[in-house]
Order: sequence, then C-alpha cells, then structure tokens
Amino acid sequence: MAEQIKTFKQLEDIKKAYLAAQEKYDYIVYVCGGAGCVAAKCDVIRKTLIDETQKAGIGDTVSVVQTGCMGTCAVGPVMLVTPGNIFYTELTADKVKKIVTGHLAGGKVVEEYTYYDAALDKHVPKMDDIDFFKKQVKIALRNCGAMAYNDIAAYIARDGYQAACKALTELSPQKVVDEVMASGLRGRGGAGFPTGIKWQAAHDSKGDRKYMVCNADEGDPGAFMDRAILDGDPHSVVEGMLLGGYAIGADTGYIYIRAEYPVAVERIGDAIDQARAHGLLGKDIFGSGFDYDLEIRIGAGVYVCGEETALMASIEGNRGEPRQKPPLPFQKGLFGCPTNINNVETLANIPAIVKNGGKWYAQYGTEKSKGTKVFALAGDVVMTGIVEVPIGTPMREIIFNICGGVPDGKKFKAVQSGGPSGGVITDLDLDVPTDYQSLQQLGAIVGSGILIVMNEDTCMVDSARYFMEFIREESCGKCNACRLGTKRMLEILERIVDGEGEEGDVELLEELCEVVAETSLCGLGQTAPNAVMSTIRYFRDEYDEHIRDGICRAGVCFTQRDKKAYPQRLRGRVL
Amino acid sequence: MAEITINGLKATVPDDATILEAAKTVGIHIPTLCNMADVSSFGSCRICVVEVEGAKTLQVSCLTKVRDGMVVKTNTGKVRKARRVLYELLLSDHDQECLTCSRSGSCELQALGETLGVSETRFKGEHDSPPEDVSVAITRDMGKCILCRRCVAACNEIQNTGVLNAQNRGFDTVIAPAMEGKLGDASCVFCGQCTVVCPTGALRETDATKKVWEMLDSGKRTVVQVAPAIRVAIGEEFGMEPGSQVTGKLAAALKALGFDDVFDTNFAADLTIIEEGTEFLGRVKAALTGGEATLPMVTSCSPGWIKFIEHHYPDRLKHISTCKSPHMMMGALVKSFYAEKIGVKPEDMRVVSVMPCTAKKFEINRHEMMNNGVPNVDAVLTTRELGRMIREAGIDFCALPDAEFENPLGMSTGAADIFGVTGGVMEAALRTVFELVTGKELPFDKLHVTPIVGFEQVKEAAITIEDTLPAYAFLKGVTVKVAVTSGTAGATMLMDQLEKGESPYHFIEVMGCPGGCIMGGGQPRSKDPDVKQKRLKGLYTEDEGKVLRKSHENPYITKLYEEYLGEPNGHKAHELLHTHYTPRGMENRLADKEMVRKEVSPA
Repeated sequence: MAEQIKTFKQLEDIKKAYLAAQEKYDYIVYVCGGAGCVAAKCDVIRKTLIDETQKAGIGDTVSVVQTGCMGTCAVGPVMLVTPGNIFYTELTADKVKKIVTGHLAGGKVVEEYTYYDAALDKHVPKMDDIDFFKKQVKIALRNCGAMAYNDIAAYIARDGYQAACKALTELSPQKVVDEVMASGLRGRGGAGFPTGIKWQAAHDSKGDRKYMVCNADEGDPGAFMDRAILDGDPHSVVEGMLLGGYAIGADTGYIYIRAEYPVAVERIGDAIDQARAHGLLGKDIFGSGFDYDLEIRIGAGVYVCGEETALMASIEGNRGEPRQKPPLPFQKGLFGCPTNINNVETLANIPAIVKNGGKWYAQYGTEKSKGTKVFALAGDVVMTGIVEVPIGTPMREIIFNICGGVPDGKKFKAVQSGGPSGGVITDLDLDVPTDYQSLQQLGAIVGSGILIVMNEDTCMVDSARYFMEFIREESCGKCNACRLGTKRMLEILERIVDGEGEEGDVELLEELCEVVAETSLCGLGQTAPNAVMSTIRYFRDEYDEHIRDGICRAGVCFTQRDKKAYPQRLRGRVL
Repeated sequence: MAEITINGLKATVPDDATILEAAKTVGIHIPTLCNMADVSSFGSCRICVVEVEGAKTLQVSCLTKVRDGMVVKTNTGKVRKARRVLYELLLSDHDQECLTCSRSGSCELQALGETLGVSETRFKGEHDSPPEDVSVAITRDMGKCILCRRCVAACNEIQNTGVLNAQNRGFDTVIAPAMEGKLGDASCVFCGQCTVVCPTGALRETDATKKVWEMLDSGKRTVVQVAPAIRVAIGEEFGMEPGSQVTGKLAAALKALGFDDVFDTNFAADLTIIEEGTEFLGRVKAALTGGEATLPMVTSCSPGWIKFIEHHYPDRLKHISTCKSPHMMMGALVKSFYAEKIGVKPEDMRVVSVMPCTAKKFEINRHEMMNNGVPNVDAVLTTRELGRMIREAGIDFCALPDAEFENPLGMSTGAADIFGVTGGVMEAALRTVFELVTGKELPFDKLHVTPIVGFEQVKEAAITIEDTLPAYAFLKGVTVKVAVTSGTAGATMLMDQLEKGESPYHFIEVMGCPGGCIMGGGQPRSKDPDVKQKRLKGLYTEDEGKVLRKSHENPYITKLYEEYLGEPNGHKAHELLHTHYTPRGMENRLADKEMVRKEVSPA
C-alpha cells in the first residue's frame, strides 16, 4: 500500500526526496509527449535517447522524462535539456544520436538542431531567450511540458496538492470560495461565467448530495488546450476537482471526457488511481473528515454534450440533449442534485489560486478579465500550438510576436476567434486587448480560446460555410431553430460558394441568423450564426462578389467542393 | 404569487406559473405547437417565444417561469418575425401534401400557419420523406413529422412503453423505435396514444375505412358492433361536447351506412362479466380450498395491455383471465350462434368493430382469434375513422333520429356501459360476483364502488364478505382485495409488485390507456382540458339511466346460455369465448418471427 499522505510535511518530504533524486543526474532530458509530438513519433525520440545514452555509457547520469505538451506543436518532436534549458526541435533519431554524443556526452550544445527563429533568421538555443516562451505566463499550463505527467511525486515536487492540503486542513469551504471569487477567474470553457459566483451558488445550495463535474468534452475544431492539460498535468485537474468538491460540499466528482481523447482518459485515470492510492481521494482526505472521490464518464462523440445540461443528461445515461435553463445546475443538476460544472482549464488554475491567493492571480489580466488564458493556434500561423498569456494581450502580440505571424510571406486576412461559435477579427482590430468584453464588441468571443489564423488565400464565405457545416452536423436536433435553421443557412452558404447564390441570399441569411440566435434553446444554437454574421459584417463585399460577379478573390470557390472538408485553403494544414 | 406585466396588462399568478399560463389569465393567446397540457412541455418548436425585459434572447413562454416584476411583450415585430421564420423552417422540412392528408382541417401545423399569417415559404432545401412504416394498427409517416416530441412524451413518460424516441442527430433526427426499426418489430403495444397527441398526419391509425367500404359494397352480410366508449365520444367528431350521449344516433348512423346488423359490444361486455366472474370465483375457490390457482387474476379486455404484458412480463401470462375481450366474444358469437340462427355461412359474414382503440386492429390479427378457420372480427374502425365514414356518406349525424341496437346481440345492462372507463370492468364484475356469492346487492350507493372511480393511477378497494349463500361458504369472512389501474405505467407498478411477491390483491383491472377506453388511442383528438371527466360522466349517466344495471340480469344473456352456450366457462363457452396468450419478450425475442410478421403487417 502506498504511503497515505495526511500532512503538509509528508508533501514536503516527498518533494525533497524527488528533487534530491533529480540532482544526481548530470542531465535531465524532457521529451515532449503532447499530442502533436506523439503524432510526430516522439516515442522514437525517447527510445533512441535511452538506447544511445546507454551505448554511450551515460545511461545512469542522464534521466529521460516524458512530459506533456510544451506548446510548440508545429516544430515537434521537441525536447528540453537541463541544465541550460536547451531546446531542440524537429527531432529525428539521427539528430538525437548526434545530440547524445555532442551535448549529453560531449558537453557541447548542438546548435544547428536547436530552435530556429525564422524572423531573426538564426537559432535560439535557450528556451528562456525564445520569444514564444518568454512572452508567456503559464499558470494553467504551469506543469505542462515541465515534468513527468505520470508521476504523482513529480507533481508534488512542483508544489502539487499543497493547495488541497492547505484548504482541507486550514480553510473553511467558504474561504476557498472566497479565494476563487477574489481571483476574478472566469470559466475558460467558453461562456466565461465568473467561477467564484458559480461556486458560491453551489456552496449555498441545499441538497442531500452535491456533485462536482469536470467538463472535459473539448470539441471545438482546432481546440486542444484542455487535452494538453489532461495529457500533461492530470493531477492539477484532480486537485482542482478536489478543491471544488470541498468548496461546494460534494461527495462525488465526475470527469466527463470525450471518447476521442483516449490518451487523456488513460492519463487522468492513472492520476485518479495514484491520488486514491495515496489517500488524496476517498475517505478522510488529509485527516479532515472530508470524503470525496472521482469517477470518469466517457462521452460518445457529441459536441453538444459540452453544453452543461446536455453533459448532465449524458452522465445520467440519457440522450445528450440540452434542456431549458433555469433551473441552473446549482439549483437542479446531476440526478436532480445541486451540481457545479467547470471546464478543465478553469480547474487547472484552481490549485495555483488557492495556494497563492486570489489576489496573486488577479494581478494578471485586465480590470474586468483577470488572469491568464490558454489559446490554441491553428491555421496559417508559423507556430501552431498552445500558448498561455495574460488576458488582454492583444491578438497581434499573440499571433505575430509570440507565434511568428503568417508563414510563407502571405498576408494576414483574419483570425477566427472562439471556434465555430466565434467570429472573425481583421487586421484593423488586432491591437484591441483580447478580453471578454472587447472581443464581444467586435462580434467575436474568447470562447474556449481557439484562434484559427487565415491568410489572404482564404475565402471568408467558404470559411463561414465550413463552420456552419460543423454546427449543422453537431446540432442535437431538439429545437426547431437550430435543427432547421443551421441546415437552411448551410444550404444557402453552399449555393453561394457553388456559384448558385441568388440576389437576396445575404438578407435571407441575416434574417435566419437573427432568429436562430434569438430563439435557439441552448448556446450551440444561439451562437451558431456568429461565424456567418461576423463574416457578413467584415466581408460583405466578398459575399456580394460571389453572388453578383461570380468572383471568389481567394480563388477557392465554384470548384468541385469536398463537402466534408475544412475550408479549402486550410485543408492539409495543422488544425 | 408573482405580479407580472404582459403587453401592459398586470397578471397575478402563482410563482411556478409559466409566461404562457400567465398570459392566458389576462386574455392573451400565445401561439404554441409542441406544447400540450398534461402531455409535454418540451420547448422544441420555439413558436411561443416572447420578449422578456432584461433577457438576452427571446424566451419560450411554455417553459419560462414568471418572476415577480417581469415585463413581457408577446406581440412585437421581433416576436412576430421570429415566429414566422420558425414556422417557415418547420414547413421546409414537412411533406406539404395538405390536400390529401388525413389531418387536413384538423392539423395543428396548418392551423398555426393561419394564426401566424404566413403566406410564403422561402426556405427550400433537403427534405427527407421516407416510406411510411405501416403496421396493422399504426402508420408512421415521418415526412410529416415536425419533431415536436409529443409522441415521445406519450410513449415514454405517460405510457412507459419506451418505443418511440429521437434517433440520430440534428437535421437527421427522426422519431422512431430503436435503431430506426419498425413499430411492428418493436415492443410497441399499439395503444395509439402517440396518434392522439400527434399534431400532424405523421402518426395515425392504419386506415380500415377502405376495407370496410369494400365489405359494405360486397353484398356480404356485414355486421357491426360498437364499444361502450364510442357513444360518449363520436359526437365530438361532429362538433358536440365531449361526453354527449349519442347512442341512438350512433345506432342510426351505422344502419344508414349500410350495415346489415347493428349490434352492441356492450352485450358481449355483459357476457364477459359472466365468464370472467365465473373464472374468478373458480380461481378463488381453488386457492381457498387447497387447489392450484393463480391469483391475482388480471382482466384481459385491453389488447394494448395484453401485448404489454406479453412483451414485458411474459412469465406472468397465467395471471391474465382467459376471457377474450368483449368484441372478440361478439365476433365469435356472430359467426357461430348468429350465423346458425340466420342460416348464413360464417365465411360469408363480415364483422366490423368500432373501437376507441388502435390495439384492437392488432388484436383481430392475432393467431389466437380464429374459430373454425375464420377470424372472429374482420376489421376495426376507430372512433375517428367512423366519423370520417359518416361524413363521407353524407349523413347529417346531429340530425339523425335515435335508433336502437338490434337483438339478440344488442341489449345490455348499465354494467356494460362502464366498461369504457377505468374501474368500470371491476365495478361491473363486483356487482355480479357479490350478488352471486351473497345473494345481496353490492352495498355501494348507486352501485358505484367509489374507491375505484376516478383517474388516479392506481386505485384499490377491499370488500369483506360476511355472509354467503351455501355454495360459496369458502368465501365467508374473506376480504377480497382488488386494484385498478389504467395506462401501462400504472400497470408496471402493479406488475413489479407482483414480481416481488408483494401483491396483496385477488383481482386486478388493467386498461392500457390512461383513463380507460374513453381516452383510447382511437378516440377523437380533443382540445377540451376536461375531456376525460366529461366522457366519464357520460358513461356513468348512461349506466344510471338503465333499468337493468347488473350483467347477470340481462335476459338475452340468460337466453344465450340456455339456447346455445350451456354453462358459463363450459365447453362451448371455452371454445368460443376464451383464449390463450403468446409470450413475446422485448422486441418479440420469444415469439415466432413468422407469426409476428403476419400479425403486425397488414395483408
């Protein structure tokens, strides 16, 4: 039986022992095991590293650690060598062999394989010097890419479970809620509702049982920030859930995770097992008398199950369809009991907030939008991957200064912010602070934090069509407005990109947009028209050119359209 | 209480009222489509949207609860536009075959279009109109379905049969049995409650009018019989109040349609009481005198209920009375006793039953329902179908003079009338059995066993027998416990109790539809919120108006036994009036596939 952790001192001891063990090594090599790097065969890199260090006789002095996502998916597989924080990218087995002999055995950085900054046209070996990293503030992603994702000791060594220990042994549930309230944290799943208010409501709600739910049904096309956290730092989600459960008075937490994330399911499952083995879940956690445990529920590939009422229906074993709100989950949630639902990224922030205090978190961000936000970048951008920045950081800073701008010398056209439910932002507005209020005024949203960058070769009508195709596919079919509204909007968009648009189509679209947004049952339908409305707002001339003149300035429409494809221009790129 | 302002008018309503309900109290009509009182508040059609001050979007009035101080506007440009667009969207995915649709004129979608003043349909695009799923009882025409999901509520929440539900997602959603199977292959009991709530022509009874016209035109001797519940509902087809007693006009209309003999299923209901009462006493006697008997005994009049138990509790069929349902008894007698009397070969006769029921359409196709190679009954018309035939024949129903059912199979007692309402069969049985056993009249005011009258889901009564006639001494001091339920959800409760071995009852009445036959799946679709109560009152009034109110007092029944059947539960009675059942299991897994196919698909 594993050691039962009951005290702060035990956590400290585990941390000390872990760090001491690390110090014995000459080098620690962190190999990124995020989804992008897994796809780029990082397992080969890891195996080669182990084999080659053995061969070189330095197997005992070099530790190879597989981590979660480091964020630089575009240049994977990547690895970080400490001490020195040397960042190697686009690795192959051959390159690894040379790095072993040159750097790990020979003590000399192999600069040609280190990170290459295209804008500066030179290699930047040290992670701390790379713009992509140095301009980020990592709170939710604090452990992603920085430690072994599968070792509870590694998490504890990075102060993990200290917040939980402090809360359960020293703070009242109300005090925990107060810290979250003070942090100004807002839900990172998309709606941006203040987390503290939600927790307070669930805390105050009366019920024989209460439930805590983690929404890990990340489904926006191109979104992978929650997956990065689940894959790379599952214990932060477990700890966030534990803190939430304690704060609201739940005895059970469900982690609702989509079936398309098998790796995340496995890793969060392992983390739960480890936590339970150490007494961090189960009975009398930290000797506080608080009983709490977690269960995983796997979704069945339904986007709308990310909507909280549909998610609860799915957990209950019913058809995953939203229902009328109110009652809100805190009033009548899972199995009719008061329930609090938070998204993965939100929960990953919680341990840091409880440990360091709400005020500490509130120092980041803008006046009305506190803290940091993780963004996933996809499309026509040099560094597709994930970044975490203080809220309010202008879009231009994120896309151009951190992520390297648009590749291949092409011109930037727009960025779709917030996924299919969001809208486009054009060059004119790139300097607006990226916060909840400012983006809303532009007709876009922060949403879950997905940024799809589009260059001049993208047709905006086609991109609206693509997003509508997605929404139509994912509409649950319960309410008339969304079920038929999205279908008819898609058909109108399809005829426009097929060159069969008619005079009046844009007006018809606008009318449909208004009614679908006003009358749909849930957020999916209410935001379904956003991509269309936003492209009409900023690119009305492109619609008119398609309909009146038969011109697509991006040159992608009027051809044989692959109906299931991404926008023609974005097809084939990392999304 | 909450005070809200609707279109400038103040409404004071309970805190849990919806905006829709509140609007009604100040005379404001908000159009609805998917909403149906007592059935479904699902919010799928969105037609009832209104503006609520401070709300981000328009709100559906059928689900949004009032809040003190709420300010609502139901008739703004924004609201009217939204409703019109939503309506156009519904039409864009609907077979617009209104002129040839059976619901034309009674279609709620059509009526809504008129209310909203929609004069164009701008959205044209994909519309799926799959072939109809035609079972013997119910026809599904999904090209007309607007996915309001009333039928899903009726099937799942009200009837607990769990057959119909949404399949697939988004635009591909369709209401169907699991895996988009056919009704006939599923555990559908054909109760037809879905056809009553459907606002369009998507769910309806499978037509028998064509077949019946052919019979009438064929020159063959065509006999018709009418169930008790028809006489208090058929008037609604012609604009009368629910519960209007139109027995005389009904008999006259059937004669005018050209039926050769107009008999009353009520007669067979009286006969059922004799047979079922005798069976019950036999079982009780065996149980009390150390013999083998299965108790509680459960009634067998409702074919929807029979199919339900065959699917869900196939091991419990021995609890069911072996009596055929009344109209099947009548059919068997017409093609034997009556055929002999008038000298016509049974195969040259046709029997048509007018029933408040869609499951009866299935029942007549059961392989058990044959005698001497001919089916007992050849066609079943629902009340709605009879209404259509009367209209088609140009008969002015309301102006008809009263006529009477014909003997020897037309006379009935008041006990037969109440077969049409939940609790009625039990009361009728108790009136006869109690008197048979004790020689005294059932000790209830006006003979109504009040604990089992009304619409509660499960009702029960206990009657202690103090003195008996010598032949029934075994019953002395025994308290007979009975239970009554209607709707298969209530039946599930009683059956689960039985499964657990905790059923305290001797006799249980189950009707497949909530409220009994008066609310059957073949009855007129009523918008009157008090329809149940009115039809019930109609039947009890009919009962109380009769001189003879106990089945065993029916002189024609006595004569029938003397002349033809011999003893109750005797050999001849068993051959003609009793039956057996088929264990089906879920999705007919236990049943002979070939047999199921013959029973559920129309010839």
